[in-house]
Amino acid sequence: MYAINKFINIQKDAIFENGICLFKNEEDGFSAFMKRVYKERGINYPKFYKMDDLCKLAFIAAELLLGDEEEKDIALLLSNREASLDTDLKHQQTIQDAAAYFPSPAVFVYTLPNITIGEISIRHALKSESAFFIAERFPAERMQQYAQYLLKTKKAVKVLCGWVHFLNGEYRADFYLVETHGNIAHTIENINEITK
Amino acid sequence: MEVYIHDTHIISPLGFGTSENFEAVVSGRTALAPVFINNSIGSVYAASINDTVFDRYFEDLDATFKGSRIEKLMIAALKPVISKNKIKENTVLVLSTTKGNIKALEKNNLESALITELALHINNYFGFKTEPIVVSNACVSGVMALSVAKRFIETGGFSDAYVVAADELTPFVISGFQSFQAMSGEPCRPYDMNRSGVNLGEAAAAAYVSPEKRPDAVLMAGEAHINDANHISGPSRTGEGLLLSIEKAFKEAAISADEIDYISAHGTATLFNDEMEAIAFHRAGVQQAPLNSFKGYFGHTLGASGLLETILAAESLKNNTLVASLGYESPGTTQPLNIIAKPEKTPLKTVLKTASGFGGSNSALVLIKN
Amino acid sequence: MEALKQELKERIIEVLNLEDITPADIQDTEALFGDGLGLDSIDALELIVLLDKEYGIKLADPKQGKEIFQSVETMAQFIAENRTKL
Repeated sequence: MYAINKFINIQKDAIFENGICLFKNEEDGFSAFMKRVYKERGINYPKFYKMDDLCKLAFIAAELLLGDEEEKDIALLLSNREASLDTDLKHQQTIQDAAAYFPSPAVFVYTLPNITIGEISIRHALKSESAFFIAERFPAERMQQYAQYLLKTKKAVKVLCGWVHFLNGEYRADFYLVETHGNIAHTIENINEITK
Repeated sequence: MEVYIHDTHIISPLGFGTSENFEAVVSGRTALAPVFINNSIGSVYAASINDTVFDRYFEDLDATFKGSRIEKLMIAALKPVISKNKIKENTVLVLSTTKGNIKALEKNNLESALITELALHINNYFGFKTEPIVVSNACVSGVMALSVAKRFIETGGFSDAYVVAADELTPFVISGFQSFQAMSGEPCRPYDMNRSGVNLGEAAAAAYVSPEKRPDAVLMAGEAHINDANHISGPSRTGEGLLLSIEKAFKEAAISADEIDYISAHGTATLFNDEMEAIAFHRAGVQQAPLNSFKGYFGHTLGASGLLETILAAESLKNNTLVASLGYESPGTTQPLNIIAKPEKTPLKTVLKTASGFGGSNSALVLIKN
Repeated sequence: MEALKQELKERIIEVLNLEDITPADIQDTEALFGDGLGLDSIDALELIVLLDKEYGIKLADPKQGKEIFQSVETMAQFIAENRTKL
């Protein structure tokens, strides 16, 4: 009944849309790679540069997925294993040494994984349902059930589901949009294929 | 399908047990006191669980368990609830926390700090046959966890659920809130004219949730979680997300604003949060309903707050007793609210619980007495 | 004072992650908040940390920030008068 039309995979060496390569990355570190995508897509959103790496990753994945999407009632269901641990470590560094104790609000604000959702909501003006789940690996079956629940009860018109991982320079993002009609059936098998 | 909240348990500085905590708040006892944190932070007004008292309590539950403190808090909250009910093949554990065992980072122990580890340990400890669902969504997590349990039960994904929520008082979080200039140097005063910020606290809470209609059950009639889409750390000035959450929760519960007998609000005592709530409640048409914040008793317990406060709101419902909003003296919001000044016995049937959090998150939950 | 203002501009750009902006782009008396550089509430809090970390100035009341952070000029003035770190 429900289906997926578009999905984005971001990996260290390339970004794919529906399995087709959009951007290749040979030598850039994460920041440089994301900045290149940001510039090539002609995005004008200075707040991007204030985001932590997890949010930059989520932002770009959502940008590529929702590009010209007009629907505003899109629920956001994101997940990962490490929450905001990458930025947590940075915050911990600012408070670890009593002699150099300078906690930074710009860092601390990113020590919650759901800020990824906040940034996407703001960028795309989505006043919608959302939730951030923590799991060992992408919870395909539960995501499928939850997305279906939101659509069936009309608590959302579309649902963006995603896995957004960033820790110590290692990253990946798998985002897909669930709608009422489309090309790829919203089954656990297909979700596993998209997020494998 | 209707899903209800049944047995609950609370571990907090005010006591170990739901009735103990409810009696404490009815009698106006606060857990807020000056607490020494460390040399960098010094002392702050906060609510902390006494380690000596808790350790003794926990030893009686389990003399051999050797996990982190937050694991012990969660186990202590869950144990009595699980012993009153069972764990079936298709029962799920829903866990809510904002920072989990973040203290482990002080010793650079990344593995121990992972929330997945915490969830795994709790899940295994009680022998759940399914993998846990973990919600980490800032300060709305506790309410969100309850509604996630409700939603999964409604879809038939699980038969019933245990919801557990906890967060600790840590230098990690205190330092962050201080950098935000969001902490008050005195006991917090939600909605008050002279409010000056939050006090932090720690607690653990647990609830059993199922479609069974027991006599004492409290129905989760409607719920929604709508983002402000405005700013990542400040709430929407017009209370947009909270308003939409409330309206959608009402729609699902098939009730109108005037049916709300009492509001258990978020009330963190920051200038912006309380003001935003007042605006949202007015726009939602519930400004007349008696309202309180529990932060004056427990401080802001982050990932635990949504569940802790919902449980106490349910107790108010069951006991037909309104609890005072501690710390409040004079109106401090541009839109007036009906702040509960002292405990009062009055028939209660329908309660609105709200929460808001960083990232523009908001949650609304309608509870109806059986 | 000129050296301090230059240093301030560099530090503001770094600490607030102002990409694609150079010190030359920031006028001494240009409004930092509002229309100027478009800084927001988190940036204001970050500048309070900057005052402490780099110049040893702890603000008694964070609300003082509004006046101090009006422009690079007002910031430099305040720092010159109150710094405890050199």
